[in-house]
Amino acid sequence: MKSHNNFTYYLREGFRGFTMHGFMSFAAVCIIVACLVIMGTFAMLLVNISAMLEHYEQECEILVYIDESYPTAEAHSVGSEINRVENVREAVFVTREEALEDFKNQYSDQTKFDGLQPDTFRDRFKVYLKDLSLLEQTERTLETIEGVAEVNSNPEVAQGFTTLRNILSWVSIAIVSILLVVSLFIISNTIKLALLSRREEIGIMRMVGATNGFIRGPFVIEGLILGLLSAILSFFLLWGLYELLRSRIMAMDVLQMFTLMSFKGLAPIMAAACLGSGILIGVLGSLLSIRRFLKV
Amino acid sequence: MIELREVSKSYEIDTVALDDVSLRIDDGEFVFLVGPSGSGKSTIIKLLTAELAPTSGSVFVNGYDLGKIRRRKIPMARRTMGIIFQDFRLIADKTVFDNVAFAMRAVGAREKAIQRRVPAVLELVGLEGKEDRYPRELSGGEQQRVAIARALVNRPQAIIADEPTGNLDPAMSLEIMYLLERINQLGTTVLVVTHERDLVNRFAKRVVAIVNGTIVSDQQDGIYEL
Ligand SMILES: Nc1ncnc2c1ncn2[C@@H]1O[C@H](COP(=O)(O)OP(=O)(O)OP(=O)(O)O)[C@@H](O)[C@H]1O
Ligand SMILES: [Mg+2]
Repeated sequence: MKSHNNFTYYLREGFRGFTMHGFMSFAAVCIIVACLVIMGTFAMLLVNISAMLEHYEQECEILVYIDESYPTAEAHSVGSEINRVENVREAVFVTREEALEDFKNQYSDQTKFDGLQPDTFRDRFKVYLKDLSLLEQTERTLETIEGVAEVNSNPEVAQGFTTLRNILSWVSIAIVSILLVVSLFIISNTIKLALLSRREEIGIMRMVGATNGFIRGPFVIEGLILGLLSAILSFFLLWGLYELLRSRIMAMDVLQMFTLMSFKGLAPIMAAACLGSGILIGVLGSLLSIRRFLKV
Repeated sequence: MIELREVSKSYEIDTVALDDVSLRIDDGEFVFLVGPSGSGKSTIIKLLTAELAPTSGSVFVNGYDLGKIRRRKIPMARRTMGIIFQDFRLIADKTVFDNVAFAMRAVGAREKAIQRRVPAVLELVGLEGKEDRYPRELSGGEQQRVAIARALVNRPQAIIADEPTGNLDPAMSLEIMYLLERINQLGTTVLVVTHERDLVNRFAKRVVAIVNGTIVSDQQDGIYEL
């Protein structure tokens, strides 16, 4: 009952502060929205690029050649050994004949290879991995399997994917951290001005014996309002920007090299991320400046 | 009960604002604290409200030892006192009612209690009918009455006033002093810091005189004789 009473008081006073410094609040919301939109853009870019990378990674294959002396049926049975290896997601058996066909299919003038016999090729498995970064260990394990003659892969490509992913993650973390700090600073500064302009009121509150928690309440709410408003605006702005970008890319990119996922799929995460960071920035930002203010 | 025990206070090294001051004010007393400018009167008030800590000695207020109190408990000690200043310290954009109610809200009172208590206190200080005015629409004396109402509204054990009539003309000062006397008669301890010789002499209360940070006289039915 009592705490409910306080909460409505905090709300009322928080809104009063928000409207009292209308221009400051507006400026703060604009800057935080800008920060959140940049963060959000990076987050969505990262999600999309990760999805694309994952797609390409899935296609990345290792060729495991089986000893020529194994008849096809026996070669096929080596597959169960291969599947037993920890990091193997899938192993697809390809006979010499199929390999020959594949080879021929790569060239337009197929008659050139008419004399080619399947015997020139070896039975093989196309092996797909769960975790591409463990390529080299997995390759070594595969080589020890009885009947495996040779393992062939493209470590540079796999390495490339892994590096790209790492770089992207680090860049995103760096940008998000910087912008979080900027937003925190903006909110705490706005709240500092609110505190200064209500310095007398705070003095009176302390004089009549208000607790620090009670004094803090309205300012935390004010910060929360700034953070939440920014979060909501950023979410819709991101939505609009993303759909715009997507339609442009879809129109230009006839090759379908870049496929951006639809915003609907991203919406729940983005909404949660915007709200989460809005609340975090708002509450933390105001607490930061109040702490400094109430100490003196 | 309010008590200073061998209290000294220096703001800076080499200067002494209070020098070994001991003073005891029992419940229900009315005390004037007088002295020339810079003698340490406001310093005593700030020690009592825990705005400052003494350099040495102890300060007791209504059962709280301010030297040993936890920081979190200071608000509780302040709730036992109603504090009044020369400059009223009202919130300009709140009405008379809200300025007084503010003190109750700040200590978490229920809205129902606020609606009951505030009009009663406003009536006591003679401001009935002015609930919806803003401070700028009131005379100095009326503004100080609002401040007194705010100091009283949480039923403090003591009222502590630092030159409450410093900004008022003699007629209004007298009215304010009568009001404080009335409040004292209703059972609240009152400590008033003042410069005004005529007022002090008129009321014949206990007078504590302080010069250069030392208490030089303390008399019942005293007069201002510095
Ligand atoms: N914040 C401060 N920093 C340094 N010195 C201070 C501070 N406040 C007061 N003093 C000094 O302490 C002494 C006592 O000051 P105090 O304010 O208690 O006097 P006072 O009796 O209330 O005077 P007045 O009647 O003019 O209000 C003075 O010499 C003053 O200069
Ligand atoms: Mg003074």
